[in-house]
Amino acid sequence: MTAITVDIINKSYPAAGQAGLHRAIANLKLSLPSNEFMCLVGPSGCGKTTLLNIIAGLDRDYSGEITVEQQHKEPKIGYVFQNPRLLPWRTVRENITLALPDDYDPKTVDALLETMQLTQAQHVYPERLSLGMSRRVAIIRAFAVDPDVLLMDEPFVSLDAPTARQVRELLIGLWQQRPHTVLFVTHDLREAIALADRLIFLSPPPMQALSEIRVDIPRNIRDDETAIEAFRQKLLQDHPEIRELL
Amino acid sequence: MTLTKLLSHYRTLNLLSILLFIGLWQSLAFYLSDNSLPTPAMVAEVFWQETLSGQLPYHLGMTLLRLISSFVVAMLLGCAIGILLGGNKKLDAFFDNWLVIFLNIPALVTIILCYVWFGLVESAAILAVVINKLPNVVVTIREGTRALDKDLLEMTRCYRFSKLKTLRHVIWPQLHPFVMGATRSGLALIWKIILVVELLGRSNGMGYQLHLFFQLFDVAGILAYTIAFVAVIQLIELLILKPLDRKAGRWRR
Repeated sequence: MTAITVDIINKSYPAAGQAGLHRAIANLKLSLPSNEFMCLVGPSGCGKTTLLNIIAGLDRDYSGEITVEQQHKEPKIGYVFQNPRLLPWRTVRENITLALPDDYDPKTVDALLETMQLTQAQHVYPERLSLGMSRRVAIIRAFAVDPDVLLMDEPFVSLDAPTARQVRELLIGLWQQRPHTVLFVTHDLREAIALADRLIFLSPPPMQALSEIRVDIPRNIRDDETAIEAFRQKLLQDHPEIRELL
Repeated sequence: MTLTKLLSHYRTLNLLSILLFIGLWQSLAFYLSDNSLPTPAMVAEVFWQETLSGQLPYHLGMTLLRLISSFVVAMLLGCAIGILLGGNKKLDAFFDNWLVIFLNIPALVTIILCYVWFGLVESAAILAVVINKLPNVVVTIREGTRALDKDLLEMTRCYRFSKLKTLRHVIWPQLHPFVMGATRSGLALIWKIILVVELLGRSNGMGYQLHLFFQLFDVAGILAYTIAFVAVIQLIELLILKPLDRKAGRWRR
C-alpha cells in the first residue's frame, strides 16, 4: 500500500548566466492513491521530470511536502529515467543485478531478459546496444527491484512500435500481478489512455494540475484502437483546455 | 614479406626507431671521439661491469624502493583528498589556496626544508618526494571527481546502492583514467625528484651514484645508470600499466 500526497508550494531553479530564475512548479497538489496507474500528461518542458525527481527523493530543494505512505518500511522505488542511465563498464546483466539486493533470485532476471528479448545480449556492454535496447535494460532494472512505486519518464520513446506494444503489455501484466503505484510521464495522449487508470493533465510552467480524468475503459479492451480513439475525441471535446496543451 | 608490409607492423617500427637512435648516437660519438660522449658499446661495457659488481642493482634497488613507497603514499593520500575536495565545494574553496601554494613550491625548496627540519634521514627524503607529488595527484583526481556523471549518481541513490557498491561500480571506473594519468605523470615526476633528494642527503641510490660520476666526469657511468632506469620505467609501463589499461577499457567500443 503506497499512497503518495504531493503538495509542492514552490520549486524554482536559480538564475544561471543568461537564464533568469525559472519557476518550475507552483502550488501543485496531487493525491495519488495506492496501487493506481497514473499518467502525467503535459507539454514538454513543463516540469514533469522535476516532479518525478522530487517524488524519488533525488531533489530536495523545494518548498512543500511529499508524503509517501508506506506501512513498516521505506518504499522501494523503481525509476525509468528519460535516458537509460546504464553503467557503460558493466554488462547488461550486471547493470540489472547491481540494483538488486545481494540475495536476488536469478530466475526473475532471466525471465525479464527473455520477455524483453535481451537474453542474447545479457553479457554485452551497453555501448554496443542500440538506444532501444538500452531503454529495455533500464526498464528491466526498474521492474526487477519489485518496486512499491514505479516512476517512468517517457520510457517508450525510441522503441519501435511492436516492441513498445509488447513492453506496454508486459508493464500492465506485471502491474496487475503485483499491484503498485505507477506514475507514468508521457505526452502521447493515446498511450496514456491505453495505460492509465487516471490521467493527470499538467500546465506549462509554473506547473499546476489542470484536471484529473478517470479512464473508464475496461482493461480487457484497452488494446482496441477504436475505443481509445473514441475516448480521446470525447476527452478533447469535453475539455477544450487540454487541446491547447498537446 | 614485402618491405611495406614489414613497416606496417608497429613492432618493427619500434625496433627501427630504437636502432636509428643508437645509430645516430654511435655516429655522433664517433665524429666527436671525445670522452664527454662515449659510444653505445662503451656504455654497454660499463653497464655490464656495474651489474656484475652488484653496484648498479643495489643503487637502482634503493631508488626503486623509495620510488614505490613515496608513490604509494602520494597516490593514496592524493586520491582521498582529491575525492573529498571534488565532492565538496566549500572544502574545495577553502583548500584551493593551499593547493596552489604547494603546487608552486619548487621541488628543491621542499627537499632542503625537509632535510633541515627532520635531518638527513630516510623518512625526510620520502616526505619531500610525497610533498612534491601530492598536489598534482589531488588536482587530477579532483578534476575527475568533478566530472563524475550526475545522472549515474542519481540512479545509484534511487536504487539505494551502498556506499561501497557506488564507489566500486560507479565512481572508481570513472576515476580510473584520471588515476592512470596521475600514475604516469607521477612516476615520471617522482623519479626525477628522487634523484635530487638522494644527491642532497642520502648515501646510496641513483642520485648519490650519479653525483659521484659527476665528480669524476664519468659520462659512460652516468649514461649506463640512466639507461638502466629508463628500462625499468618502460618495464613498469609495459608489464603493469598497459595491462591495467586494457583490462579497464574492455567495455569501450
